[in-house]
Formats: sequence, structure tokens, C-alpha cells
Amino acid sequence: MTGRKKWISLGVLALLIALLPLFFPSGYYYRVGALIFVNALSVVGLVILIGYAGQISLGHAGFAGIGAYACALAPEHLGLHPALALVLGAVISGVMAALIGKPILRLKGYYLAVATLGFGILVSMVLTNERALTGGPDGMNVADLGLRDLLRDMGWRLSGGEFWYMVCGVVLLVGAWLALNLFDSPSGRAMRALHGSEVAAATVGVDVPRQKLRAFVISAVYASVAGSLLALQNGYITPDVAGFMHSVEMVTMAVLGGVGSVLGAIFGAAILTLLPQVLTVFAEYEQLVLGLVMVLVMIFLPQGLLPSIARRLKGRDE
Amino acid sequence: MDALLQFLFSGLTVGAVYALVALGFTIIYNASEVVNFAQGEFVMLGGMITVFAFEAGLPLPLAALLAILVTSAIGVALNKLAIEPARGAPVVSLIIITIGASIVIRGATQLVFDKQLHRFPSFSGDDPIRVLGATILPQSLWVIGGALAVFVGLWIFFTRTLTGKAVLATANNRVAAQLVGINTGWVMTLSFGLSAAIGAFAGVLVTPITLVGYDVGVALALKGFAAAMLGGMGNPKGALVGGLLLGCFEALTAGYLSSQYKEAVAFIVILAVLFVMPQGLFGRKSTERV
Repeated sequence: MTGRKKWISLGVLALLIALLPLFFPSGYYYRVGALIFVNALSVVGLVILIGYAGQISLGHAGFAGIGAYACALAPEHLGLHPALALVLGAVISGVMAALIGKPILRLKGYYLAVATLGFGILVSMVLTNERALTGGPDGMNVADLGLRDLLRDMGWRLSGGEFWYMVCGVVLLVGAWLALNLFDSPSGRAMRALHGSEVAAATVGVDVPRQKLRAFVISAVYASVAGSLLALQNGYITPDVAGFMHSVEMVTMAVLGGVGSVLGAIFGAAILTLLPQVLTVFAEYEQLVLGLVMVLVMIFLPQGLLPSIARRLKGRDE
Repeated sequence: MDALLQFLFSGLTVGAVYALVALGFTIIYNASEVVNFAQGEFVMLGGMITVFAFEAGLPLPLAALLAILVTSAIGVALNKLAIEPARGAPVVSLIIITIGASIVIRGATQLVFDKQLHRFPSFSGDDPIRVLGATILPQSLWVIGGALAVFVGLWIFFTRTLTGKAVLATANNRVAAQLVGINTGWVMTLSFGLSAAIGAFAGVLVTPITLVGYDVGVALALKGFAAAMLGGMGNPKGALVGGLLLGCFEALTAGYLSSQYKEAVAFIVILAVLFVMPQGLFGRKSTERV
């Protein structure tokens, strides 16, 4: 991706985030928007892991859980400011990813899938069972970030929805910017070389285990920050955030939009976040439709939605 | 000692179910290199359809047979509608397709039937049998016996019948199998039907003990997947041993350590095994061709 293309991508994203509220008929849409940005953030992390480095994880919700519960627990027990708790969660997730990634990433394909799956299940189990600390399956309250009050004191009145829409939008932009920069950096190129063939990458001097681990740690931090934002935004968190289905959702969003492209992944996150909102009208059919969308897109648009559409627009049908 | 035996009995019972799920994974994986995450849904369907056919007035054996047949038809449909059209897709896409299919099956089951938990009567009563100071339910014997019977049946099928050998040949080298005249598409269809039937059979056996509801499949699929990996993907013996071991780990952990973390310990053991033996207990070492 050339530098120019990168800035166009970011520009389009920024414009979308800034202009969409003009079309919002009610405050509810800000909430949905913020939710999309949070999901998109963790999915951008997965693009680095799956799309760049070609490794799968079925346990990334575990890191989102760590981030979320760091924001819930650290202010209460350590007296940390929620914003610092987010950083703490990201550090814990990163360190944990580095520790477990080292042995786990030796595994390939389905074996890697079951190992990461196991990690995710362990995290969600701890969150569910340590009732005294986490409130068990009922979840726990998360302290307010306090930033909104600060802004109000400065004379800038925002509703909760508007505030979180902006915060999550900005964080997503930063996340996308970092991911796009990584794409072109030597490290990113080394990661993408793995995707093609690990053996070939190794023969041209890529430190394969190191690059895999790097992608895993970076994507874990993305998931953790997204989990933290979700917790802070909702003011409440349950172990579902670390559950297997959330991991699957994340991977699906990434692959749905197009796992090789940051913008595509954000698009995928937007669609899969919106779908259940639309489907609540047909609550009975929600699962049915969701599953069908997953299957059909994978079969008919294997490159993901956005790249397939882009190709079609350019008239380069395969 | 009595306690240990008691834990092992319950471990072998759940383990046998995991083993049946893992066997289902194995059959499909061998024919198509796909890990079918909808395998747990087959178990659920086996239980659910039997329950509703039984409550509609069918005798239990007939209801069970109907459930197994319908579930295999669904397995075949899954292959025809979702797996075959996606031939050659990367692992991640295949994982999502089968997980998507499992969500569809779950959603449809919930619409056709309901969201309640159900059971039907045990095959030979609920009086526990005393063995060396521990007790075991007759239904547990059915489950364990059923798993062993399926394993032996598969072993005979794969080693003694032409069709079984065709499946093995397809697993070994798809193109070579086609060259010697094996209809590999048919082998895949057969594999999906067979593995759905085995899953449904497991559901029929275990429902009197664990109950069945539209959402019991997810956990079973995850455990079966883990068991198959533990044993070594694609190896029926590995699936059987992996399943039974996983069940016993869980039961022993629940008995001696913590019932809340029984599944965690099972996964930790599996991770430990995979670190030492990345191919699983019975997996073949293979070198990647470039």
C-alpha cells in the first residue's frame, strides 16, 4: 500500500466517522456507532494476526475480557484511574500474549485453533468462577471515566452516546493508522511474508517465531483496549465479553469484511454489529440469519465483502 | 478408592460421549480435511428429534432410529450446501462456515422445537448398579458400550470393507484416489452422513443422563474438538483415547480439585500435551511440503 493510499483510507474513515452523526435520527444511533468502533478496533487487531501473519486465534475474546475487567477491577481495588486501568489491561494482555504465544504459536492450523480456544475458555472461566472478585456470571459495575464531567466543566456538554461515539471513533482512527503503518514497515512486510509460506519467509531471513509472536502480542493489545472501551462505555461488564462466541464473532467480522484489509475489517465489524440490531425485529430468526450470512459470505465472497465489491467495481472479476 | 472408582465411572461416561463426537470429527476430517464445528449440533439433534418423536407417540427405538436418519440427512445437506461449494477455502473460512452452519442448525431447532431442556426415559431403568463400592447407572453402560461398539464398527468398516478403504484412500491422497477410480465426492457425502449418524447416536444414548436442549451442542463440539486434537487429528484410535482421557481428567478434577475448574484443567492438560507432542498422542509426524 503506498503512502497516498494509506492517507486516503484514513481520510475516508475519518470523514465517515465525522459525518455519519448528521444522519442520526436519535441518540440511540450514537451508541450503535460507538459499539461498531469498539468491535472494529479488536477486528483491526485480528487483521494483523490473521490477515498479515496468517495465524488464527479462536480465543481473542480472552484478551478483550482482560481489558474489560482491568477497567472494572483496577479502579476499585488498586485505586487506579480508569484510563490508567485501560493501559494496565493492555500491558497485562500484551505480556500474557507474549508468554503463552511463545509455545502456542509453534502449532499450526487447527492445532493453533484449539490452543487459542483453550486460552479463551480459561479466561472466561476465571471471570465466571471468581465470584468474589468479578461478581461471577452476573458481572460487575465499571467506574466512570470522568472525562465527560471534565469536558462539561470546560463548557462542552455531551450526551453519553455522543461522548463515547467520539472517543471510540478517535481510538479506532489511531488503531487503524498504526495498523496501516505496520503494513508497510519492515516488520509488517516480514509478517506478511509468513502468510505466503513460512519456509520461504525463513529462507529469506525472516525470524518466523519472532514475527508471529509480535503479531499475536499486537493483536492482543488491540483486543484488550477494545474490551476496556466496551466496559467503560457500558459501565457494566459480564464474562460474556471473554466468551467463545465473542471470539468467533471477532474472527467472523475480520473475515467477512476482508481479512487482508484494515478498512474491510472495519466494514465487516459494522455489518455484523448492525445485523443483530436490525434483526431484533425478527428476534426468532436472528440466529438463523446470522449463521446464514456467515456461511453464504464465506462461500460466495471468499475474499470478504469489501475486497470482492472493490474488485467488481474495478471490473476485474476473477 | 471407592471415590476414585466413582469419579472414573462418571469420567468414562462423559468421556465416551466426547469420544463419539471426536470420532465424528475424525471421519469428516479424514475425508475432507475439514474440522466440522457443527458436530456438536448432530448430538443435540439426535437427542431433540428423539424426544419429540417419542412424545408424539413413537416407541423409543423407532424415535431414535428416525432421529439418526434425519440427522444424517442434515449432515449430507451440510456437505452439499456448505462444504462442497467452498472447496479449497482456507482453514479460517472453513472454521467460520461450519460454525455458521452450527448457528443455523441451532436457530432452526429453536424455531421447530423449543428452548426447553428435555429428556426421555433410560433404556434399562434408573437403578444404579453397585460395583466395588461405587455405583454406575445402567444408562452409563449403554453410553460406554455404544462408544466402543461404534469404534469397533468403524475399525471393521475401514479395514475390512472396500468402501471403508476408499475413504482411507481419499484421506491419504485425494488425487491419487480419484485416479484409481474412487468417487471422492461420494466419499465425502458418505463421511458427513456417517459422522452425523454417529453424533445423533451419541445424543440418543446420553440424553437420559445429561438432558438435551437446543444449545447443548457448542460445549460438546469444543470438547470433542479438544479430544480429537489430544488424540491426534484424523486418528480414530486417538479420538477414542482422547475422548475417554478428557472425560476422566474432568471427572477427577471435579472430584479432587474443583468442580468449577474441571474444564480448565482438561484444557491445560491438552495444551501441555500439544506442547510436548504438537501432533497429539497418536498423530503422524508430517513434514510440510513446499
